Amino acid sequence: MRSVIDVPDLSLEELDQLMDTAEDIISHPDSYQDACRRKKLATLFFEPSTRTRLSFEAAMYELGGNVLSVTGANTSSAAKGESVADTAKTVSCYADIIAMRHPKEGAALVAANNATVPVINAGDGGHCHPTQTLADLLTIRREKGHFSGLTVGLCGDLKFGRTVHSLIHALCRYDNMHFVLISPEELKVPSYVKNDALKNKGIPYEQTTSLEEAIGSLDILYMTRVQRERFFNEEDYLRLRDSYILTPEKLRLARPDLCVMHPLPRVNEISVAVDKDPRACYFKQVLNGKYMRMALILMLLREAGTL
Amino acid sequence: MNVDSIRDGIVIDHIAAGCGMKLYRLLGLENLNVPVAMITNVASARRGRKDIIKIDADIPVSFDVIGYVDPAATVNIIRGGTLIEKKQIDMPEMLSNVIRCKNPRCITSTEQELDNIFRLTDRAKKEYRCIYCDTKAASL
Ligand SMILES: [Zn+2]
Repeated sequence: MRSVIDVPDLSLEELDQLMDTAEDIISHPDSYQDACRRKKLATLFFEPSTRTRLSFEAAMYELGGNVLSVTGANTSSAAKGESVADTAKTVSCYADIIAMRHPKEGAALVAANNATVPVINAGDGGHCHPTQTLADLLTIRREKGHFSGLTVGLCGDLKFGRTVHSLIHALCRYDNMHFVLISPEELKVPSYVKNDALKNKGIPYEQTTSLEEAIGSLDILYMTRVQRERFFNEEDYLRLRDSYILTPEKLRLARPDLCVMHPLPRVNEISVAVDKDPRACYFKQVLNGKYMRMALILMLLREAGTL
Repeated sequence: MNVDSIRDGIVIDHIAAGCGMKLYRLLGLENLNVPVAMITNVASARRGRKDIIKIDADIPVSFDVIGYVDPAATVNIIRGGTLIEKKQIDMPEMLSNVIRCKNPRCITSTEQELDNIFRLTDRAKKEYRCIYCDTKAASL
């Protein structure tokens, strides 16, 4: 049974197909309104993530399907000590496809290895969150029209941010990418990510601590949150936080066709005044996430022979 | 047991010096009621110093475990006092229930009955990663 645990589970051709389907859904939503009629998606959320769950559920409803929803570790079988494997086997009896979020890394793989229906990883701890990356890819394609020769700036917490690592790995599969890694010294991209994704493949990148200096060269600016708990002391956090806040002043230095992205939720790293700028794409990114989840549900149900 | 002459058993030779005891433990030899000789720090033409394990019993040993600890080791199978087979050892692609994942956030840390499986991700660096959480196996 085909499941999607991480982005590399999908070939470049499949990524293209998913984006094509998503764009077709955007253009012709009515022709998909019954695509999953009488099919059920189970959303198993062992840790809260309202926005991801709502996105999956909205996706299934827009395909004309139904949703079985389990939220919270305490009310579920997990509280009684049921294993992920048993939960996956049980839920497979009720649902045609599973979207699972779990605090433990690798939980989605365990579910996929035991379920008899496709499993989509909706986040397993700090490990993978493939549908976020799918949303990011569709946003870039819709805004830029292509993936070739883009200069992509990633800004903020590049050390712990799994969405950033996943996006770097995904974009490295396309030609002529160029990365600008913008972060405080304390939160630089880990060397294993740089080595695997960039150095070993000869993909050009620069590292800088200054958003102002970098912003003018970018096609894409991917902002992330700089979290207080990542710093040893409060002064460092306060000193650095403001350098990585995107404001209308900093945006004045950017190209007119820059695309500003953020995985959301944001705290204060993009000032609200930026929302009105046509270069702000982060709410489009949320919407694109729903369309990519629709495309992924369709692809996996078709491969499973359910559709 | 005469350390030099084994009738029916296995001699694991050319183990990198210092790795013999690790291999002994990972093969679970301490739990088996069979004669085992552990010889450490012997001079070796090929490796300078080496360890040797001699097992004087016809028991199955995991070549995956030997390949994981030291793929340069050699395995000699002895039957009736004569060497009948010399096995070349290689690093296994997968390692099942030999080592445990050390990542406290890994699903294997809470679900004890899951198999601990590691995949060879970099042959040159002898790097194995947990298939669940991608955490690198601690070096031996
Ligand atoms: Zn692990």
